[in-house]
Amino acid sequence: MIAAGNTDFTLAIEDLTVSFDGFKAVDGLNFYLEKNELHVVIGPNGAGKTTVLDLICGKTRSTSGSIRFLNQELTKMAEHEIVRAGVGRKFQTPSIYENLTVFENLEVSYPAGRGVFGSIMFKRSEEVKKKIEEVAQDINLGDALDTESGLLSHGQKQWLEIGMLLIQDPQLLMLDEPVAGMSVNERNQTAELLKRISKGRSVLVIEHDMPFVKQIAHKVTVLHQGKILAEGNMEKIQHDPKVIDVYLGH
Amino acid sequence: MTFVYERLMGGKSGLSGFLILALFILIVLPLSLDLFRLNLVGKYLTYAFAAISLVLLWGYGGILSLGQGIFFGLGGYGMAMFLKLEASSPENTAIQSTPGIPDFMDWNQLTELPWFWVPFNSFTLTIIAILILPAAFAYLIGAAMFKRRVGGVYFAIITQVIAVILTVLIVGQQGFTGGINGITDLRTLNGWDITSNSAKYIFYFINCALLLTVIMASRFILTSKFGSLLLAIRDKEDRVRFSGYDVSNFKIFVFCFAALISAIGGAMFTLQVGFMSPSFVGIVPSIEMVIFAAVGGRMSLVGVVYGTLLINFGKTAFSESFPELWLFLMGGLFIAVVMFFPNGLAGIWKDYGHHLTNRLSGLRNWVQNSPAGATNKKMVDNT
Repeated sequence: MIAAGNTDFTLAIEDLTVSFDGFKAVDGLNFYLEKNELHVVIGPNGAGKTTVLDLICGKTRSTSGSIRFLNQELTKMAEHEIVRAGVGRKFQTPSIYENLTVFENLEVSYPAGRGVFGSIMFKRSEEVKKKIEEVAQDINLGDALDTESGLLSHGQKQWLEIGMLLIQDPQLLMLDEPVAGMSVNERNQTAELLKRISKGRSVLVIEHDMPFVKQIAHKVTVLHQGKILAEGNMEKIQHDPKVIDVYLGH
Repeated sequence: MTFVYERLMGGKSGLSGFLILALFILIVLPLSLDLFRLNLVGKYLTYAFAAISLVLLWGYGGILSLGQGIFFGLGGYGMAMFLKLEASSPENTAIQSTPGIPDFMDWNQLTELPWFWVPFNSFTLTIIAILILPAAFAYLIGAAMFKRRVGGVYFAIITQVIAVILTVLIVGQQGFTGGINGITDLRTLNGWDITSNSAKYIFYFINCALLLTVIMASRFILTSKFGSLLLAIRDKEDRVRFSGYDVSNFKIFVFCFAALISAIGGAMFTLQVGFMSPSFVGIVPSIEMVIFAAVGGRMSLVGVVYGTLLINFGKTAFSESFPELWLFLMGGLFIAVVMFFPNGLAGIWKDYGHHLTNRLSGLRNWVQNSPAGATNKKMVDNT
């Protein structure tokens, strides 16, 4: 195998393929993500958007190809190792621990005491508390630290999950439909949040909501049948006849 | 909300729950029961170890083990093997064709002690074996299953199958294990008569002290970040994994810890009851342990102790008068509790207990507001 050269990209995906019983959900994908870039992936249902995120974070294993994150090959790493390397992923439906308070949700996600004995001896130090309060402010939940998170609104749950990732300070943040089911007001707040947190890290977002995409994206990739259909800024994508044909037109 | 409540169990209200339990088993029961009944309670309390192990494993971790009898049994057999060897001194067994080995080995034409029995000549090695072997066995099972992400109902079934295999093995290998009768006729511990009245009292109190220690150790673990993580794994395993945790290690640890606790209970069982048999290893005792935990409240370390006592007293009372009905009654009780009171006795106490405490404090206020208590009035107003 030829060792691929080091690049400046946060994420470099090359010739990535995954097939489920012969069906190629992702087919020879090449995709690059730069530092400090907020990149949105759009595409019709079944285009393979979520599968790409699954492949990056190790939930699904690739059939062939390479995924390099800061020049580190991810395809052979265990899920928790990928996270510890600096990749955070938010799931499509809010994945939070409903029986724990907002504070506890963030504490469980705090990147210390990650081993069995480390977690038993983990101390809720001032530093930990400060960091949790800071992140809670960031995600508009500063006043809800003691609320049981199952009682939060749908939008707040989405923010909490983003906060649980932020507290780990990942270099790459992946968000799967972060504004699905949100009110207009919440969408605007989420857009502001994403703009704030994309400073100093790369963010990869999957989204269907076009006005929202327009609001946040530095760069847009359109995925169709596991392949890239078009790539560029929002302006270019919106006027691409292929994109209009398979996605925007319908 | 349940979590906040449980977290407090480690705080002020948890302390009171713990102290009430300590008072109940260390003072109230010994003063109010005769030795026969107290010994019976002691036996029940050994099952409470297994019920506590299920609070960690099932209540918090969401891992239903239908095989805690395995570890209870391993602990019990470890202790029984030591006691049996002491009871089988060459003088005591002079009439056997091979003196110095346990009687059932002699009946099965064994002429020397099997190698795995040899360490149980030493009391120290026996204690070490009781503390390590069940946990090591749990590690093997846990590593094999959790690393492969076997969970839920599959895990429950596999633990049950292992319990069956172990029972069949013990019954089948009569010469090595004593077979279906188990290991019986245990008399002394380092020369001390374990059937004497004083020994029964002492074992009862040692058992209580160990039980309270186990509750404290479990609470220490559950109130740490590890405890929150267990709940998190139970509710959203993937989220925990994609937050940078190796989930299988956490499950393996809690399974091993649960095995250790159950084994201590098993060893104390042998000491207080005076024998060990495969009927405490298999499916039925393992499921009974789950019922104790469910009835007591699978989120409450203290609650399951009461649950265990209640069910066992019920069993004793009912099975004397209606032996056939008891199993149906217990099954029905289990279903009813799971359907209507998922948090068991501890949940009922949490939901309705404050009525009782309110009434008590109301009574106190009334006493203090009466002329005799007028001097205290100011204090009451402040509260």
